[in-house]
Amino acid sequence: MSQTAFHNLTLTEISKGLEAGDFTSVEITQHFLDRIQSLDTGDNGYNSFITISAEQALADAKAADERRAAGNATQWTGVPFAHKDIFCTDGVLTTCGSKMLGNFIPPYDATVVENFKAQGAVCLGKTNMDEFAMGSSNESSFFGAVKNPWNLETIPGGSSGGSAAAVAARLVPAATGTDTGGSIRQPAALCGLTGLKPTYGRCSRWGMIAYASSLDQAGPMARNAEDAAMMLNVMASFDTKDSTSVDQPVPDYTTTLNESLAGKVIGLPKEFFPESLDGEMAAKMREAIAEFEKLGCTVKEISLPSTQLAIPAYYVVAPAECSANLSRMDGVRFGHRCEDPKDVEDLYKRSRGEGFGDEVKRRIMIGTYALSTGFYDAYYVKAQKIRRLIKDDFVKAFEEVDMIMGPVTPSPAFKMGEKSGDPVEMYMEDIFTIAINLAGLPGMSVPAGQIKGLPVGLQMIGNYWSEALMLNMAHQFQQVTDHHLAAPQGI
Amino acid sequence: MALDRSDVQNIADLARLAISDENLDKYRTELSSILDLVEQMNAVNTDDVQPLAHPLDAVQRLRADVVTEENQREKYMDNAPAKEAGLFLVPKVVE
Repeated sequence: MSQTAFHNLTLTEISKGLEAGDFTSVEITQHFLDRIQSLDTGDNGYNSFITISAEQALADAKAADERRAAGNATQWTGVPFAHKDIFCTDGVLTTCGSKMLGNFIPPYDATVVENFKAQGAVCLGKTNMDEFAMGSSNESSFFGAVKNPWNLETIPGGSSGGSAAAVAARLVPAATGTDTGGSIRQPAALCGLTGLKPTYGRCSRWGMIAYASSLDQAGPMARNAEDAAMMLNVMASFDTKDSTSVDQPVPDYTTTLNESLAGKVIGLPKEFFPESLDGEMAAKMREAIAEFEKLGCTVKEISLPSTQLAIPAYYVVAPAECSANLSRMDGVRFGHRCEDPKDVEDLYKRSRGEGFGDEVKRRIMIGTYALSTGFYDAYYVKAQKIRRLIKDDFVKAFEEVDMIMGPVTPSPAFKMGEKSGDPVEMYMEDIFTIAINLAGLPGMSVPAGQIKGLPVGLQMIGNYWSEALMLNMAHQFQQVTDHHLAAPQGI
Repeated sequence: MALDRSDVQNIADLARLAISDENLDKYRTELSSILDLVEQMNAVNTDDVQPLAHPLDAVQRLRADVVTEENQREKYMDNAPAKEAGLFLVPKVVE
């Protein structure tokens, strides 16, 4: 096989090619590293990576080839991928997109990182992201904005924008992401990828730098559902180090991809198809849903009346939890420290004032206010009550449907700078994704075609622990459509 | 909810964030508009609703009280901005 074709192979094809001996891990790893070096770096690059671990990756690839020769390779041995820079990697810089952690070398691996290492997978580097995962455009990264490979003037989405751009540009076959309010699904949609946010508690949060602990969840970003299944197989695990990890058996998600969809009922919430929804977006969704009907599904209109309360509730719960989580960044034990502090108060305030960017400061302040004496009931308790209403809506809906579908975003990728002047306008970007995190449900973005040359995604919302069914449905959809095969021009 | 400059200064102090004087107004406007968004929650009556703390209503797991991690003091302190003799250094706290 010629080397030029390597980056067009899917994760599954790479795994099979390694097993068949068509190429070595060192060969394919070197190819992707060269591609990252030439397309991602410099002023004209995508800027999707914060750290490129070339030396380590080649050493891991060599070890993987030896492991394969010794006869104890797994499906993942020698397969290249990348981690979002939110996962702690032992001995490798982990910034979370922030100046605050600009020099942070974790002394341990996140559980998700450990899971990949145990299989002998090859991590090529750490991908760019919105600072501390707070953002929907990847413009809040201290390490600069990421360009969307589909149109370099548009944003790739966020917060997992680096992972999305890297996979879309074929710099890696797949990457990890995290999703607190849409941070896997929205960039996956805007970059034409298949991205899955699993049920809360499915993947361990140990070593995944916390933003809003009751909402954060890791998941795969890949080119198709089959590859996402291969990713989730290794990412999902029960972990005693994460007190919110749930002890549920992890099925082999790749074995149920070909189940029939006959008789499955799809719920279409009327709140996800408002009058105001862009006509082209509504048409793309209708086309996609018609394909599912051809596959034997039936469609039913449902209502999730509390959906409109999701954004207001989220902007209490998430900032409140972030203000607590980020309080440990104080310039004492790790991270940025200001010059010549005159006392401890000054050390804390200036280290944090200098280390955090604007969006992070805004959310810390909103959270601090919402949790302060006299306001706790009016904000935090109220938001937690709304959260119950949102969950109850979904529980009721799943009594009559197997899967809920709608758009991931109101529109395709917007221009850089277009929404950065108004935080509230940016928050509206997540209008269709946030409720799923508040309810702890799994959500997925599946490519559904393009509007004016930019990709859009169909969102699938599953019941708790229905990741296998979601991947099955997405895979069957991808057998009869080719949206997931589309690539940015010149790739 | 419209905040004034002293509210913002007070919140920033509680959050231990140094905010420059010229940025106070910017944050005042932005935080006020976020709070306006948040207050849309008040449109619905939630008197009889139980707050939801964990999406799956899970409870804390317990484990046996045994040592599971070894101490790696030097490795853990490698990231410290200022340290001496195995201790983190901070400005003088007690006179």
